[in-house]
Amino acid sequence: MANRRDFIKISLYGAGAMAAGAGGYKLIKAISSGEAGKKLVVDLKRTPTYCEVCFWKCAGWVYKNSEGKIWKIVGNDEDQHCNGRFCPRGTGGVGMFYDEDRLKTPLIRVEERGKQVFRKASWDEALDYIATRMKEISVKYGPESMALFTHGSGSGYFTTLFKSFGSANIAEPSYAQCRGPRDEAFLATFGEEAYSPEITDIRDTRCLVLIGSHIGENMHNGQVQEMSDAIDKGATIITVDPRFSTAAGKSKFWLPVKPATDLALLLTWIHEIVYNDLYDKKYVEKYCTGFYKLKEHVKDFTPEWAYGITTIKPDIIRKTAKEMGDAAPAVIVHPGRHVTWYGDDTQRIRAIAILNALLGSWGRRGGFYRPSKFSLPSYSLPPFKAPAKSWTDLFPGKYSIASSPVSNVLIDASIPENNPGYPIKGWIVNGTNLINTIPDQANTLKAIQYLDLLVAVDTMPMEITGWADVILPECTYLERYDVLRASPHRKPAIALRMPATDPMYDSKPGYWIARELSKRLILQNYFPFEKQQELLDWQLKKTGSSLEEMQRIGVKTFEREVDDLYFSEDEQVGFSTDSGKIELYSAYFEGAGFDPLPKYIPHDEPAEGFYRLIYGRAPMHTFSRTSNNPNLTDLMDENSVWINPVVAKEWGLKTDQYIWLKNQDNIISDFPVKVRVTERIRWDSIYMVHGFGHKDKLLTRAFGRGVSDTQLITNVLVDPLMGGTGMRSNFVTFLTEKEVQEVAS
Amino acid sequence: MKEELIVSGRMNQLVDPHLHIWHWQISIYLFLGGMAAGILAIAALYYIRGREKDYSTAVRITPFLAPVLLILGLIALFIDLRHKLFFWQLYTNIKLQSPMSWGAWTLMVITPVSFIWCALHINDIFPKWDWKFKWLFDLEVFFRKYKKALAWVMLVYAIILGIYTGILLSAFNARPLWNTSILGPLFLTSGLSAGAAVTLILSRNKAERKQFARIDLVLIGIELFLIIHMFMGFLASTQVQIEAAKMFLGGPYTMSFWIFVVILGMLVPAILEIMELGKFNVPVLMPAILVIFGSLMLRFVIVYAGQMSRWLY
Amino acid sequence: MRYAMAVDTRKCVGCSDCVVACQTENNVPIGFCRDWVIEVMDGTYPQLEMEIRSERCNHCANAPCVRCCPTGASRIEEGGIVAVEHNVCIGCGACIASCPYDARYPHPAGYVDKCTFCIHRIRNGMTPACVDVCPTKCLYFGDLDDRNSDITAVLKRRKSKTLIPEAGTDPHLYFLK
Repeated sequence: MANRRDFIKISLYGAGAMAAGAGGYKLIKAISSGEAGKKLVVDLKRTPTYCEVCFWKCAGWVYKNSEGKIWKIVGNDEDQHCNGRFCPRGTGGVGMFYDEDRLKTPLIRVEERGKQVFRKASWDEALDYIATRMKEISVKYGPESMALFTHGSGSGYFTTLFKSFGSANIAEPSYAQCRGPRDEAFLATFGEEAYSPEITDIRDTRCLVLIGSHIGENMHNGQVQEMSDAIDKGATIITVDPRFSTAAGKSKFWLPVKPATDLALLLTWIHEIVYNDLYDKKYVEKYCTGFYKLKEHVKDFTPEWAYGITTIKPDIIRKTAKEMGDAAPAVIVHPGRHVTWYGDDTQRIRAIAILNALLGSWGRRGGFYRPSKFSLPSYSLPPFKAPAKSWTDLFPGKYSIASSPVSNVLIDASIPENNPGYPIKGWIVNGTNLINTIPDQANTLKAIQYLDLLVAVDTMPMEITGWADVILPECTYLERYDVLRASPHRKPAIALRMPATDPMYDSKPGYWIARELSKRLILQNYFPFEKQQELLDWQLKKTGSSLEEMQRIGVKTFEREVDDLYFSEDEQVGFSTDSGKIELYSAYFEGAGFDPLPKYIPHDEPAEGFYRLIYGRAPMHTFSRTSNNPNLTDLMDENSVWINPVVAKEWGLKTDQYIWLKNQDNIISDFPVKVRVTERIRWDSIYMVHGFGHKDKLLTRAFGRGVSDTQLITNVLVDPLMGGTGMRSNFVTFLTEKEVQEVAS
Repeated sequence: MKEELIVSGRMNQLVDPHLHIWHWQISIYLFLGGMAAGILAIAALYYIRGREKDYSTAVRITPFLAPVLLILGLIALFIDLRHKLFFWQLYTNIKLQSPMSWGAWTLMVITPVSFIWCALHINDIFPKWDWKFKWLFDLEVFFRKYKKALAWVMLVYAIILGIYTGILLSAFNARPLWNTSILGPLFLTSGLSAGAAVTLILSRNKAERKQFARIDLVLIGIELFLIIHMFMGFLASTQVQIEAAKMFLGGPYTMSFWIFVVILGMLVPAILEIMELGKFNVPVLMPAILVIFGSLMLRFVIVYAGQMSRWLY
Repeated sequence: MRYAMAVDTRKCVGCSDCVVACQTENNVPIGFCRDWVIEVMDGTYPQLEMEIRSERCNHCANAPCVRCCPTGASRIEEGGIVAVEHNVCIGCGACIASCPYDARYPHPAGYVDKCTFCIHRIRNGMTPACVDVCPTKCLYFGDLDDRNSDITAVLKRRKSKTLIPEAGTDPHLYFLK
């Protein structure tokens, strides 16, 4: 028989086993009865943030599970941008955090640019490298030789860095590659831009007119939400699009316009509205100038004239014009956002602005509201010394209407044979994948070869990081503090972003990166706070709040100082134009040597066997930046090329077949793309979602999936007014695998 | 042009692009179960009718294969489970509406019954067999006393086993190809046919072989009749059923069904057996093996093709 | 108490937010989904019609998946919610084969999984994750037996349909036309 010690041992083991068994049984019972699930819901630790996946910056909460890991992201009910509902990219933001393909350490290039061979480096080494090169460039060419391409919340820090360094060559590609023409057109007309988020009062509109704008496929959260509200209220939607977009599917009128002829339609609408007295007479008389010149200008733009150009029947043009007139002033002719199409884009948006002005929608309920922006106290920094040269000195006289630096100009100035006023020798690229953003990739890559320094700051390996000399890994928005969001909206509001967790791997927040660089450039006076949150606390305390309060509530909305969301009946509104009124006729444009009133010019059409390349968005992705996000690739992991059945029959193409695309300049797509034979696209065009066809091998989920439209956009129609790069004049034909191999050999 | 597509990239493993959750494990089990059912049903039937002496192979020898088949079948079933640790939950209740539950319990009954039946006839194979323990000997005596009752139990449960494999599939309305009440009788007949074929192979008795050749012929006739009516039923039914039938009439399973199941598994053996009965000398192994092969292929084709048929998209 | 959900196809834009939100809320493994979005197109350019639907388990009153489950793991909980008790499920796949809507899938952990109408949220007075997140607010959820619930109101106001009604499963997922 066992002795006493053994007896105790056995008893203890026995008791332990019983306890474990009982505990295990209880656990199994709890899990299987869903009791463990119950815990998951009630107030777990949550931290506020605002989303960085796109520019809408919806504010929300990041929830962590019982193990302290990021679990889900949900909208903040108090936020005007999202009303408590995030879009699929925002909800899928967790994937950005968990993506194992993320940049993990600073990297320094070891072989020639483009070979994508890097070695790991410490932050000190990487930042020293950058600072040294920047100083060299400054000495050799001047500080203005450094250019910054930026997008997102970190722009502010790098802008401060650059301005203190002595360069104002700071370009956001979202200007010249996206919203630039629209902002200039609205500035010239109303003295004010359309803002981000756009100040469209969709939820109260009675008629929403979309020119190419594909709300519902583009996921501008607030606009999609408000369009849904408008549908519930019985609003009319008029969609002008050669493609049957999702919005077209919900429209009372879908005008399947011939591509590149939208301006003719707009001018005809102006004609109809003016000559049928459908415009808001009181509004025009009170607020607008140039009406009679406009009336004279559109005299001959009849629906019959437009029919021949746009293929839209005259009675439809008349009906839709009447629909708009009847709904006025609660009508929105949407300015769009990505409007860099054919090079005459500023003028096309001018026509849209004019239409809105005639209908009296600007500043009225159901049209465009007056935004209110919270005025954040800014910590006084030493003054920036004015840069010796600005971007307008690069190619003097060009793009005189542009009110922001033009990214493609900075790129062109990096190529010596373009003879710029002074060379651009160094780029810092923050949060934007230039290679998939700027059309005419060959030109961008050529420019890169002449650079003395190319730095990429990003969260993911992207094509641009593959070409960089130094890659700096930024942590995602879920791991950092950033500036307070104070975007214009119906009510002034601020939103806090705070980290839900510490930065993963060796990534760092943008603020820290900019500050560390500034130290090495002896500019740390411009970054007096060591940590971003100290600055935030200072700012918040000045407004009567505090960091602690904002951490608890996430979003704080204030009342407008004046109840002037819309123009009131007898208000004497002043506009920030030269004349102080809404300029239907733009004397400003005239003075700069451009047409004061938009004119229709026909654009190139595809050759036989070629089809116009039209691109757009999918609601589950944001450009090329989300193509590797595991939650979002689950929804869509490649794009497809939409081909009309008539065309497909001619070519013998079937859905789910893979083909290559070749454009008019004989560029063949790197990868094949899946065919979707659908009636949704016109027979003279093909359509694809932008942001696929990645070439960076480090993107395990995105490499080689789908085709890159940017690669095929080699014919760029530059807008002479402000430098916007029109991208829709490219035509493609189809190649089978056999043909591609023949070409290769 | 009509398009219906999934926009959110759904690709659930084993469910998309079409259901393929059951593979060879289920097909093999349905075959083994069917064949075992056939063997045991025939053995019980002839015993009850007092023909034990005439068809001694069928009643005494062939059933020895049944426990092996059943155990192998059970192993195949177990392998197929995706949450294996909890397999015992099958036996915590009886769900009358779930054919799978019937199957689990039927197997629970018939497997021991088949072992007992074999134990009763063990002396036919091992003449010198000794039970060694007294309680086993007592058990044998007990069961021998109630052998007729045992035979009835075996007959009933064997038929349930044979037919439930078909009812199991036909209960899944969601797969239009399986949604036919003919599947139950078809599988039972196929199982009986395979069972008869085994006796055909094992028997040394010419009369027995001849009888079983005739039995097989009749069963094949019934199977062909059922198959024809099954197709007639599909083609006269709703669009989803027509689509399901089309899989065998020009679709992906045309070759495998008509060549393996019908021609090689039914028509050729039938012709060979007719020839045999007409005094041609045909090696008896051939039609028997073809019948068994046909029975196996029937299960495979029906299980795989059924998962491809669907209501949606 | 009968829980049901309605999808307003007039407002659904197919953004698939419901899919991602469900995935994060319920820890659905990457590569699997409990709900999905269908686009139906008909016509010839330019006479075209489109319907977009967000689909999931229909929580049928006459659920074939509950009837065919051999262990009773697949069962009806309060409000008619069809649920799977993970540790009673043996992973046989019968329920997956029996669902005409293909709503179920084999979870990598072994058991069979599907939409649960976020029963863990409902028990705490919240709505399912997909209903909560939908930017177009096209998802309505509630108790059909409650005269004041969202879903009763919207089903009264609008014409609706269910999917494959001829399968006789009595589904509780409605699509507003």
